Parts: sequence; structure tokens; C-alpha cells
Amino acid sequence: MLASVGIDNPDALFAPIPAEFRWPTGDADPYTEPAMSELEVTLRLQQLASRNINTTTHACFLGAGAYDHYIPAAIDALVSRQEFLTAYTPYQPEISQGTLQAIFEFQSLICRLTGLEISNSSMYDGASAAAEAMLMTIRQTGRTKILLIGAIHPHTSDVVHTYLEAQNFVVDVLEATAISQSAGTTSFVKSPLVTQFAPPDHLDLTPYAGILLQRPDFFGRVGDIEAWTKAAHSAGALAVLSCDPISLALLKTPGEMGFDIAVGDAQPLGNPLAFGGPYIGFLATRESLLRKMPGRIVGETIDHEGRRCFVLTIQAREQHIRREKATSNICTSQALVALRATIYLSLQGQSGFVDVAEQSAAKAVYLQQHLLATGHFAAIDDTPFFREFAVRVISQSSAYRDVLQRLNQFLLTRGFLGGLDLGQPGTTHSILDLPGVWLLAVTEKRTKAEMDALVVACSDFFEQTHARQLTNPIPKGGGGDQ
Amino acid sequence: MRQSSFQTPDPDTRLILEKGGTHFANRLIAPLDTPTIDFQTWFGLANLRAEKPAIPDLAEPEVVRHYTVLSQKNFGVDTGPYPLGSCTMKYNPKVHETLAALPGFANVHPLQPDATAQGNLALMADLEKHLCAICGVDRFTFQPSAGAHGEWTGLLMIKAYHDSRGEGYRNVMLVPDSAHGTNPASAAMVGYEIRQIASGPDGMVDLNALEAALDERCAGLMLTNPNTLGLFEKNIGRIAALVHHAGGQLYYDGANINAILLQTRPGDMGFDVVHLNLHKSFSTPHGGGGPGSGPVGVKAHLAPFLPAPDLMKNPTGSYSLEYERPLSVGRVRSFNGSFLVLVRAYAYILANGAMGLREVSQASVANANYLLAHLRKAYDLPFDQPCLHEFVLSGSRQKELGCSTMDIAKRLIDYGFHPPTVYFPLIVKEAMMIEPTETETQEGLDGFVEAMLAIAEEVKNTPELLHNAPHPNGHTVPISRPDELRAAKDPVLRV
Repeated sequence: MLASVGIDNPDALFAPIPAEFRWPTGDADPYTEPAMSELEVTLRLQQLASRNINTTTHACFLGAGAYDHYIPAAIDALVSRQEFLTAYTPYQPEISQGTLQAIFEFQSLICRLTGLEISNSSMYDGASAAAEAMLMTIRQTGRTKILLIGAIHPHTSDVVHTYLEAQNFVVDVLEATAISQSAGTTSFVKSPLVTQFAPPDHLDLTPYAGILLQRPDFFGRVGDIEAWTKAAHSAGALAVLSCDPISLALLKTPGEMGFDIAVGDAQPLGNPLAFGGPYIGFLATRESLLRKMPGRIVGETIDHEGRRCFVLTIQAREQHIRREKATSNICTSQALVALRATIYLSLQGQSGFVDVAEQSAAKAVYLQQHLLATGHFAAIDDTPFFREFAVRVISQSSAYRDVLQRLNQFLLTRGFLGGLDLGQPGTTHSILDLPGVWLLAVTEKRTKAEMDALVVACSDFFEQTHARQLTNPIPKGGGGDQ
Repeated sequence: MRQSSFQTPDPDTRLILEKGGTHFANRLIAPLDTPTIDFQTWFGLANLRAEKPAIPDLAEPEVVRHYTVLSQKNFGVDTGPYPLGSCTMKYNPKVHETLAALPGFANVHPLQPDATAQGNLALMADLEKHLCAICGVDRFTFQPSAGAHGEWTGLLMIKAYHDSRGEGYRNVMLVPDSAHGTNPASAAMVGYEIRQIASGPDGMVDLNALEAALDERCAGLMLTNPNTLGLFEKNIGRIAALVHHAGGQLYYDGANINAILLQTRPGDMGFDVVHLNLHKSFSTPHGGGGPGSGPVGVKAHLAPFLPAPDLMKNPTGSYSLEYERPLSVGRVRSFNGSFLVLVRAYAYILANGAMGLREVSQASVANANYLLAHLRKAYDLPFDQPCLHEFVLSGSRQKELGCSTMDIAKRLIDYGFHPPTVYFPLIVKEAMMIEPTETETQEGLDGFVEAMLAIAEEVKNTPELLHNAPHPNGHTVPISRPDELRAAKDPVLRV
């Protein structure tokens, strides 16, 4: 082939690269990785995969932004069709109607879930979608500060800080000093566990471009947060809600509550946990904010003969047209993941989707009540929760700061991936330091039998630990934080 | 927003949301086996939505048929040649999908204790080692989700580096006029002022223009090499010296790294930061616009600024995620990045090995030069030099005869090819940017040449074939050209 175009030596192809930069130089080739057959690669990767505990080997009670919902088999069958899998971004609409129509369906579904008017085609994940939404509020209002309110997922909060501070915008965090809703007692501790469902009287929102809340919050709690949208609007600020898509089957929509932008991660809609990705952010808003929105948008139109069809549209916002004046630098996003979410909702239908949400909510209540009944745990407050809740260890063993780490270790031996230990900053997440607080998620996949066994295992653990404590008293200074 | 004008659409274009009537609930999960709760009491009426979301209840076969038919309205890499310049649409080996679906990868929760996910952490550590060797850098982060996300993350690190040295006044990022649009857009998102550097008559960075743009406010230069014309910036040594001498950092946009895999390394050329697009060069499927993955590699002096958490190897040989990183730029997305994309890229690197990756760049450059040699007879070549993995033709000659580059692109669809990237880079009129990749077959290359030459003749003799292209054929090409103006002027963005 090369000879036919006058090239004899394949090395000559690289003549444009100055010799000083050719690699490897000299005789020493530091990178000598041998090629492997498909079988060898498969064995190597199977071996690596086998070193991970996963939700097929252990019943999963971990959530905190990634949820183990059931994934209907038809999703994998459909998205593995090469026409979806191996296509590029749909720049050529005549041969991309499959991707384009699917995205249009995704946008339509996100609007129906959120109760808002328009949606983009997807963002990288829920956290970056929240950050981009806060940048939208800045573009819209011309103000340069935003406010984070209540128990927002630490990753979302971290990513919002990274995005906003990169452009020297100010991120304020409302320090919750409101009244704790714990039975009977009034406390004013600053803690992420304190709810912030309504704005305090003295709070002035006029400096802010936008406010960000999360519902259900990081601890799974669902409060009536509608007063925040009114407070924001009367101060000329926009209100943004980070929300879970499954919860939107039941809960009042962001649109109904008056939010201007809704964001979230659609991983729970048919996407595997995948050690954190690929996931998919969604971003829905009011039509009046269309030209401030980041990301690709698909619109309906007609072809020359009047056939209905779909195209990428309102592209004058985007980087390939506007370069440094674009609303965002985002280019490739999460089209195939959006397709998974679209097919998930289509397979579940309204009845299946609502059933998933109701079962997740009911089962979480069941588990929380049974954990409390063991006498080893207390609720963090009496706010209703969706699919996820936090409890505090009140067993005598709570004197050990690492009690939850040990409990989770013990549960692994019983076949459970236990809840998230919020007392280990610097291991799983960066912000929270709540020793003795355990965050558990319960999806529709968890059976009554699994939950009952988990409760028994917890009791067993505390009994064993207590027995050990009697023979080995807790060393001085090892006290936990109550 | 206008309502959809298709209240009773043609059955062929009905949306999933416009189907229905069966009211069939698929039995996907078992009935609730714990006591039910009263949701109005539990959540309070104020917290419940007024109506259930409007989603039709369809039987599984209806859903499967709907999306199967939709898939047939798409063109993928397996369908036919896809010479989309700068996008590196190479073949995606099927085994990657099998491996990414292994329960030990797909069903691992991102917040599991590190001790229970050692296989994943080891995979990331080994992939990092390979990418460092391939790029000539010292560390990588896997958090960024796509190329543009990687650019932005890399620029954040450059900014943090300057700040740490008390040089926060460096707020100008230099970007050539041939750069991808994401470069200036990413620089703007870290608050940089963008200074555009003109290309010289040879299509390369004009050294005089570069020198004139360098001052104490320069934070760095973003460069794609080979550049978007498919040409190697032969003055890269001089460019690196100039930028570094002025106190700037050199950023490598890895969109085109397929051309130089194991022939030369960005780190050796003087680049301080490199991002890769695993969904281009490392053969992970593009999915119709994602998911991608945009890992960012840096030289040692920038490592303290990598996003948190960072992957660490413990003295015992186990791996953990380290959150205590005081100089880090912070978190750029949730959890650990697009892990399943990493699994595919890792499998690709293992399968190829060093020899294989060197053959990738050789074959990609050979294929591009083969196409160039045949197509230059019929089309203008504004920058006449041997290309690397891609080249840019101009349709100016055809434009004078009344057929635009867009017409040529649409006519290629009739011939069964995905068109090249068109009207980019911006410095070439009527640009057609052609990248065949190493996996295109000889038959595919020859077919593309024949089609392009035939189209060049049609421009002269039967231009209406181009003006009316593509011609819908009822299956692979379901529509003719859409009215994009109507879509933008009077948007319908949902039903």
C-alpha cells in the first residue's frame, strides 16, 4: 500500500518529527510491554475483577449518591447495538436520527420528571451539573456569589467549589445553626446533621446569584423546602435543586416548588455502580434560561420533504462556535448513558417506576425501624427520608471511634456491604466527620430476608464487642464523639 | 417554546412517549415484601407531586423494537468508514464490552472500603503506569470525564502552580488559531484571558507571533501536536523553550496523539500537562456523544496539584485513595471518574503492547498519507506537506463550481460513508478534515477514494446530485437535510 504512494520505509512516515524527539532514543527501550492475546487479556482482567467485592457477592446497603437499583436486561441488549455504541456525536443528522431521537426522548422524560420546561442532552455527572447550574445563575443575574444550603453531597459541594472558585466567584455555605429536631431538646450546634429546610428570618439573599439545595439531602431526608424558592426569587436570585431521579416518581417536582434549575445524577436509572462511572448528570430549567444553558440540546424540525426529524440546535452557545465566549467548554458528554436512562424509564413505565420508588422508600423505613429496635442505634432526627437514612450508634461500643469500621468489617463476613461510615474523613470523603453516624441506602432490590439478616448481624456484632469490652476495657482517650 | 407540530406523527418517527395503549407492566421486580407505608402521612402532602410522571406503560417487546428501529437510523464505526477528523473513530474491539460488564467491575460501589476494591485500584495504578510511559509524564488523574473536562482540569493545575509560586498575575492563556474550540472555552472557564496565536503560511505556530505574545502575564500555551491540520509542529523544541523561558507552562491537547503513539512523547517535547481522550486514541466506544474519559498527565512539579483524592500505593503493596492533599485543585467530579471506560482502555493497551501501539501510529499515518496521495488530484491541499494521522483538504475549487463542502459531505452519505469533519479548522476555507485511523480496511480506504473522486466529477457534471444529497433510502438514510434554521428559530425541545 505504502509503495503505491511512494513510501518505502514506514519510518519515513515520521520524518516530520525532528530526530531529537523520536522515541525511544538509542538502544534502550524503557517500554517493552508485550502484546497479549484476547484470551490473555480476558484472564488478566477477570483476575483483577475477582479481587473486588461487589453487589453480586454481597447485599449492598451503600448509597450516598450511587444506588444499587435493578437494571433490566433489555438495557444492555439494546445499548450494545453497535449503531448506538460506536457512533460519534450526531453532527450529521441524516445518519444520526437514532441518537438524536433518543436524546430528544431523554430531554422529554427529564422535563416530565422535574416539572421543568427544557432539558439539555446530559452532563458528566450530577456534581458537575450542579456546578454548571450555579455558573448559569451567575450568567443570568450578573452577581458573583452563590450559596450552598443544607446537607449537600460532599462531592457536589467540592465540585461546585472547584468550578466556581476557578473563575473567582464566591461560594458561601450556610452554616446550619437552626434548631435540631431531635425529640424535645433544642440545640444550636453547627452540624451538617441539622436540617435547613426553611430560610432563617435574618438571611439576606440579595448578594447571591443562586442558591443550591439538595433533596433528598445527603442523609436521605425530605423536608418542605419550598420557602427557599420564594426567598430566592424575592431577592432576585435563582434557586437550584439537586435531586434524585427515582425520588421524583413520588416527590413534589422542582418545577412545582418553583425551582429555576433542577440537576442530579441519573445513575439510578438503569446504570451500574461501576465504581463511580460513567454516570450521567441531567440539567433542566425554564425556557427563559435556554440560551444560558450549557451542553448539547436536541430539537425537533423537518427535513426538505417535511419529514419529522431531530437535530443538534441552539449551538450558538457552544464551544465549537463561540470558543472562549461559550456557555461552557463541555463537548462530549454522556449520550449512551442517557440512552440507558431513557430505556430504563421506558421499560419500567409509569407503574414500574413508581413501584421502584415506593418500594425503596418503604423498605428503607422498614430497615430503619428494625435497626432502632435493636437498641444499638438512634435516629438522627424525625424527618421523613427517602431510600436512605442515617443512624447514630448508641451501643456501649460506640465509645470506640472505629466502631462502624469494625461493624462494616464484620458485615462483610456475613455477606453484606454495610452502610457508609461517616466518621472516617480522609478515607471515603473529604468533608464530613461524624463519628458513629452510619448512612444506609435501601433499594427495591433488598429483600426482607436480607434486611432481617443484617439486623441480626448488627446485634451479633454489638453483643460480641460488648463481651470483649467487659474483658478488655476501652483504653483512655479512645472515646467517641456523642 | 413551540409545541411539536406532530400531534399524530408518522409511525416511523413516533417517540417512545407517543406510544402506548397496552398499559402493560413489565414484571421486572418482585412485589413489596415488607409492610407498605402511607406516603401522604410519611412524607406529608406538601412534599408529594400532584400527578405521577407521564410515562407510558409499554411491554418489553414494544420497547425493544422501538430502540432497535432507532439504532438502525444510526451510522457507527461497524457500519462503514468513519473518517471524522480529530475524532479518531477507530474500531472498538468487542471483548472490551464483555470485560467492562464483569460483575467485579460493573457492580462495585464507589464508596466501598478500599480493601474491598483492590482489583479496581490496581487496574487504575497499572493503567497510570502505562499512560505515563506512553506520554513521558510522571503522574495521571482519572477524574476528568471527557477531553474538555481534562483540559479544564489541566489548566486548573497550571493556575494552582503559578499561584503557589506567587505568580497569580499570570492570567493569559495562548491558543493557536487552529486549536479545537474547547481549548479557549476551557481556558475561559478557569478565568484566563485568551490570546490567539496566528498560524504561519506553513500552517504551524508562527514563532514571531508567539514571541510577540509572550510576556509576564503568560500562564501557558495550549497546543495540539500534530496540529489540527495533521502537521507536526516541527518547531516544538523552540516553542517549548520560548514558553518556559517566559515562565509559562506547556499544555498538550491529546486529541491527536494517535498519530505519534510511541514514536515521540509529549513529555519529551517539553509539555508539562497532557490530556488524553480514551474514547479516541484508546479505542473506547464514543456512544453517540459519550461517555468519554479525559485523564490528565503531569510532570512531577505539577503532581501536588492533582485532583483529590489521589491513588496511592501503600508500603504493604495495597492501594488506597488519599484525600489529604493540601495543594490539590480539588475535586472535578464525583467518585473515581469513568471507571468502566478505563477498563476498556486498559484492555486495549494490554492487547497491543508496545509493538502494537507503535504499529497503531504507523498504520494511522500510512492510511492518511495513502488517502492524501489519491485525493490531492481532485481537491485543493492548502498546506502541502506530508501529513501525520489526518489532513485537511479544501473544497474551494468545488465551491467555485457551486458545490460547497457541506454538499460534498452530504453526498458522501449517499455513497455509504460517514463524512469527514467539515469547516474545521477555521483557518482553512471549505475545510474537510480527514482521519481514516489505523483500523480502516484497504477496501474502505479505496472505496472512500473512489467516492471522493466520483463526487469531484459530479460537481462538474451533475451538481444537483450534491445539492439534494443525501437521498433518503428508507433505511440507513431515513431523512434528507433537516431545516436547522427552523429548529433554532422556533425551538421544540421536548414533547
